[in-house]
Amino acid sequence: MNELLEQLAICIERGKVNLQSPFPVDLKGQEGADELTKRAIENSIPAEVILNESLMVGMQKVGDKFEEGKAFIPDMLIAAKAMNAAMVHLKPFFESGEVELKGDFIIGTVAGDLHDIGKNIVRMVLTGGGWNVIDLGTDVKAEKFVATLKEYPNAFIGMSALLTTTMMQMEVTTKAIKEVSPATKVFVGGAPLSQEFSDRIGADGYFPDPNKFVKYLSQAI
Amino acid sequence: MKKFTKIAISNEEDLIMGKSLFPVTCGNNLTIGAGKVYPEINFTLPTMMITKETIPEVKKHYSEIMDNILNRSKILNIPGLVVEFEQLPPMTDVPEWGAEITELIKKELDKFYVETGIPNALRVTVLDLRDADHPPLLRTGIASEKTISGFELCAQAGADILSIESVGGKEVHDQALMYGDLHGIAASLGILSYRDMGWLWDNITSIAKKYGCITGGDTACGFSNTAMQLAGQGMLPNILAAIDRAASAPRSLAAFEHGAIGPSKDCAYEGPIIKAITGYPISMEGKSSCCAHFSPLGNIAAAAADLWSNESVQNIRLLSGTAPEAFMELLAYDCRLFNKAIESNNALELRNLMVESDVEHSVEALILEPNVVIEIAKAIVNKESGYEKTKAAIETAYNSIDVSLSNNKISLSNTEIEWMKKIEEEISAFSKTEEEAVEYLEMMYGTFFSSQAYGL
Repeated sequence: MNELLEQLAICIERGKVNLQSPFPVDLKGQEGADELTKRAIENSIPAEVILNESLMVGMQKVGDKFEEGKAFIPDMLIAAKAMNAAMVHLKPFFESGEVELKGDFIIGTVAGDLHDIGKNIVRMVLTGGGWNVIDLGTDVKAEKFVATLKEYPNAFIGMSALLTTTMMQMEVTTKAIKEVSPATKVFVGGAPLSQEFSDRIGADGYFPDPNKFVKYLSQAI
Repeated sequence: MKKFTKIAISNEEDLIMGKSLFPVTCGNNLTIGAGKVYPEINFTLPTMMITKETIPEVKKHYSEIMDNILNRSKILNIPGLVVEFEQLPPMTDVPEWGAEITELIKKELDKFYVETGIPNALRVTVLDLRDADHPPLLRTGIASEKTISGFELCAQAGADILSIESVGGKEVHDQALMYGDLHGIAASLGILSYRDMGWLWDNITSIAKKYGCITGGDTACGFSNTAMQLAGQGMLPNILAAIDRAASAPRSLAAFEHGAIGPSKDCAYEGPIIKAITGYPISMEGKSSCCAHFSPLGNIAAAAADLWSNESVQNIRLLSGTAPEAFMELLAYDCRLFNKAIESNNALELRNLMVESDVEHSVEALILEPNVVIEIAKAIVNKESGYEKTKAAIETAYNSIDVSLSNNKISLSNTEIEWMKKIEEEISAFSKTEEEAVEYLEMMYGTFFSSQAYGL
């Protein structure tokens, strides 16, 4: 791999956003993902190469470390933050169609439920994994999911719930989505849930681990 | 505002189960923290929706739960009981529903007292709806009105103890926690949460006075228990969850600075720090709340408990009976053991066994070790503002962990040790003043919170 791309991958993996970032301590005062991506573009490295051979490599490495128990969610999110800093420079290439994101993902906490930390973690890991995430927030009614699906017809959908009294809203929402678009894949997550519950309500899968979910999605497309 | 400038319990041997400096008498002749530990039973509905149509079924569940737990309490001849009715979102969203269920439970408890003479009290925990808006408005708006109205109507309907798991500052703390940003954690808890607690508990105290209720206290459940759960799943460093626990104590203390007198909330694992500072009784939960969530604090949580809770359990059938009834029995036996230890002057020995059995396995348990609790409590009362108190709690917790690591009292994985270094670096870079810390919050998390909601 090109030395610059290698350095950039390290910045992503270790969450070095830019020159000013104080962390990681051993990279203090060095250029980060922001500056290195800019330099890679100036060096005429194709945007697709920067994305696939550097940024995604860095994200993959931190994801693997997470699965091995050698990194935590903050490590992944800081990596995603560095990735976002790099993506700012790649944005024009996405807009021109030269490079494409992996796809659209609509996410929200179901009606009646205000808990959102799990949903936010999934959102951030998805974004870092190269997905366009449409976050509908909390207390999202079935109609809102359906209306958003009309805007993003090829999107995957993810729902979360924390309460035993709101998880049944997932069934209502899944039914509403499948009624207008049977092929749309719907995924569920949240503390009281299980694969059995997902099967029972007609959803397409339950994932307790955000990293494994993003991997699964990348293979599913 | 009541200021705690010195700690009430300075000898770690006095920080013990069943004994507080200022016992609280409430409900049907129940005195908490005066030499006995009582069960605090909590329960929730099975998987079902709560709507206008299902409210009769909801009430039927609560009636069945009360029948079963009171029957079990009578059979086991418990010395006293607190029942917690923790509201679900629709019960605060339509505060009248919450009040109707409060009335139903209170009637059962009153009848039980007449029949058995067993002292009891009803704690009602109103759901904090105020984070429904983004950013949360907290002091204004319909969600705030409904939350306050929930207190008013439940107090009127017979609640003996008022509590809440308040959420002010959570919108920023969640973000900071996910990024492992300790500076953000300190500022969100020490400035935003601390300020919101002051405003909220002034309101709750005024309602409690009007209706003669006890102001129980709050919990950092949405903050430090979130951290504990994420750490338990390998998503966050345990060291960060441990420090977050200490950092949450000043915001929970704010309830007591603004009128709370205990018993504090069961899921407030920061409770022992509050008890050491205030001398008021606390409720705790540990191994017997595994029906609701797992924790690394199963035994140690009972060390200074005045009430012992199961957190929450669904009303479903088990082989023995219903789950609330089964957990009532579990709590009753736990409390029998605690109380026998107190009566036979073995409480300190039992407490120490509970403490030692957990500390060697968990850095999060270390924060609840009585001597560490006392150190954190002292550091908190020595400081003036919420932010200064929070920084002091963090530094003291960090130092305790560092010393315990050096002494090989606890061990951490290499990945966790890396985080120790990061945390040390962050502590040294904390904003010196509250104004600078607010600037930091605005720069990092400005889109997530409204300064006005905190009176800033």
